[in-house]
Amino acid sequence: MNALSVHGLTLTLGGRRVLDRVEATFTPGRVSALLGPNGAGKSSLMACLAALRRPDAGQVTLGGEDVQAIEPTVRARRIGLLPQGHDVHWNVDVATLVALGRLPWRGRWGETDADRAAVARALAATDMAPLAARGMEHLSGGERARALLARVLAGEPEWLLADEPLASLDPRHQVEVGARLRDVAAGGRGVVLVVHDLNMAARLADDVVLLREGRVVAHGPAADVLTPALVEETYGLPVEIGRSADGATFILPRG
Amino acid sequence: MTRLNLWLSLGVIVAALLSVAAGKVWVPLDAWTSADPRSLIIVELRLPRTVLALAVGAALGFSGAVMQGYLRNPLADPGLFGVSAGAAFGAVCALFFGYAAQAWLLPGFALAGAGATMAMLALIAGRSGSLILFTLAGMILTSIAGSLTALAISLAPTPFVASEIVTWLMGALTDRSWDDVLVAVPLMAVGAVILARTAAALDALTLGEVAARSMGVDPRRLQLAVVAGIALLVGASVAAAGVIGFVGLMVPHLVRPLAGHRPSAILLPSALAGALLLTVADTLVRVLPTVAELRLGIAMSMLGGPFFLYLLVAMRRRLA
Repeated sequence: MNALSVHGLTLTLGGRRVLDRVEATFTPGRVSALLGPNGAGKSSLMACLAALRRPDAGQVTLGGEDVQAIEPTVRARRIGLLPQGHDVHWNVDVATLVALGRLPWRGRWGETDADRAAVARALAATDMAPLAARGMEHLSGGERARALLARVLAGEPEWLLADEPLASLDPRHQVEVGARLRDVAAGGRGVVLVVHDLNMAARLADDVVLLREGRVVAHGPAADVLTPALVEETYGLPVEIGRSADGATFILPRG
Repeated sequence: MTRLNLWLSLGVIVAALLSVAAGKVWVPLDAWTSADPRSLIIVELRLPRTVLALAVGAALGFSGAVMQGYLRNPLADPGLFGVSAGAAFGAVCALFFGYAAQAWLLPGFALAGAGATMAMLALIAGRSGSLILFTLAGMILTSIAGSLTALAISLAPTPFVASEIVTWLMGALTDRSWDDVLVAVPLMAVGAVILARTAAALDALTLGEVAARSMGVDPRRLQLAVVAGIALLVGASVAAAGVIGFVGLMVPHLVRPLAGHRPSAILLPSALAGALLLTVADTLVRVLPTVAELRLGIAMSMLGGPFFLYLLVAMRRRLA
């Protein structure tokens, strides 16, 4: 598996510098979280990682190769993106939706056995196999989120990029989807998440990138980065960081 | 799904055979092989008309399915980009200036109108690939072409020309010859090939534009393919048959419950069902005991208006 690295990434949108010489390296097999206040550049960084935006300077490399230079279909096989929101435009059933994840692999002659096997694995990994025949409009929010995650997993990309995969989910579903994302990393793939909830980030992430106004405030293992001083510097809000009885980190805003 | 296509194909064949046989005079099918003088009716009148009904229906159904998939909107119509209004205006110009004497001039003008509208659409929407800009530009072009058409009617040199324009605008397949087939069908074939290649991209769009791009879909190339393909299919349809509305809107809806909601899964069934619907409708308007033949375009609107209303009510109920 190849590392996803960001070198001197600078991006200007509408005259505003949204990313400023960002440096970061994401390691396969670990969950990395991009954290920061609104407008910090998390989604822009995500878009650059997925090669959806071309930076003004600097580059994103996958195993040393500039992601912009990789042929789009090949790139789509290697980097899977789970965009924000749970919108699906047609009431397709779950199996059909998940099979869409195989489109970058699809040859001229339609679905192959490899495609079907990958879809089955993705359905199993997200516990969606029993709901495979259900239409997307008839799923709960958590089920939709899992189905959409399965869609990306079906492509079996080296890297899974997810923009706020836990937003608009209730706590139980957040934990559930979060556990799937950890499973993906445990399987050796790289996972990069944009997360808003500091506590979920502390729970899920091995590594954290703290962003503020397009700049990296800190980057490293979660335990080193999620300190009261760094979090306050990033969010401009004093926090208290503690540990629960079972060792989980929690972050409480103060003030 | 393949079984659906099989049934639809069977229906198309039966409808086509009936359409060749039926009319003001019933000509049994065995009459056209022998030295029967009625074979002339079949070969020179009925057959080109049936072929055009099949081709125009398939073109409209197919482009409707592509349009709905591309815009991710079940109420989208292939006329939305202004192509059919532009083609109609082109044809109206031919009638207005009296150029319609030559068989190929009117379709030629219609295609020029479709092409010009497409060029303007590309110019207005630019290279942004933005869907909203694009749809709005299409609507504006539709209304401009519509007002120019109205202007042509009101300034028509003689009442005869005005009535000719109005009648033509209603859309029909009366008195079509092999010339019309030869102009329209090759263009439609090219358009269909272009659109068929967008199938996977349309599927990817089910997940929204960002996800589709991350899956390797190039939105600008897709837009170009959709516009060019629709312009060819709809432009050639209007050139051959005038404006026939609602086929592109209705057919994908009728097909979707049977073929599933995946955009690419409804492309072929929509083409087949469009061909079936228009061939049956054209046969019916021919055999109906009306004084003058009912215009096909009018017949489709009579069907389509209430269908549209029904769709809206059904959607409102679901949204409520």
